[in-house]
Amino acid sequence: MSTATMAGVEVRLNEEGFFEDPTQWTEDMAVEMAKADGIDTLTDQHWTVIKFMRKEFFEKGTGPTVRVLGKTSGVSVKDLYALFPKGPAKMAARIAGIPKPKGCI
Amino acid sequence: MNDTINPEKINPEKIKKVSIIISKGSLEGVYPGLIMANGARAEGMEANLFFTFFGLDAIHRKRMQRIKVATVGNPAMHMPTLLGGLPGMSALATRMMNKTMDKLDIPPIPEFMEMIADTGCGIYACKASVDMFGFTSDDFIEQLDDILTVGDFYDLAAGGQIIFT
Repeated sequence: MSTATMAGVEVRLNEEGFFEDPTQWTEDMAVEMAKADGIDTLTDQHWTVIKFMRKEFFEKGTGPTVRVLGKTSGVSVKDLYALFPKGPAKMAARIAGIPKPKGCI
Repeated sequence: MNDTINPEKINPEKIKKVSIIISKGSLEGVYPGLIMANGARAEGMEANLFFTFFGLDAIHRKRMQRIKVATVGNPAMHMPTLLGGLPGMSALATRMMNKTMDKLDIPPIPEFMEMIADTGCGIYACKASVDMFGFTSDDFIEQLDDILTVGDFYDLAAGGQIIFT
């Protein structure tokens, strides 16, 4: 575990850079993390995915897989990969401040 | 910002590219390669699938709908070979396995192939096998990128890992 300062606040991250405590997350932090990950501007579609992931996480205890995202977030699998080129489930989960989704699909 | 959120710096030896060969046409022969390819893309790796020999069934428009579990010659089925050879056993085992996979949110092969193509994974068929079975590109799903010689495949796989299943 380590800490990082994001949007002026100290947050706890695990060794892969995922939030230890998703409630520490704010939208300003998402913007910072996205920039560090190569996404200069978060579009409306990015935010749709980020908000959907947080909603799923707080409801179900784990983030959605890419298949679930593609079927229920309103953003297609093709678009998900265009929005989050480093792997949608993982990259979007990190930016959304939730743990890495556990599914294999 | 703190460097710790840059995953490349945390683990500099991550695999960046995989090319997965699927050579078998049974359910248990096809799924592992598909799951690995899909998972590679989900992790942000470059991925290619290369279908050869009976593995071609997984991208054959008609045959991909009927991929079955092999119930004979597989000790891990925990079923006597003679029983496994009875008519309908393979279909029954396939139905049971499909039901379990559906519960685990693993898609059926046709849907899975479509999804994998959407992830940006390359989908290729082996030319020698296509010729041997007398197939043409019309027999395969529209997502097929190309029919390649083994030499082309090695060029495509250059700089990454090759996994044979």
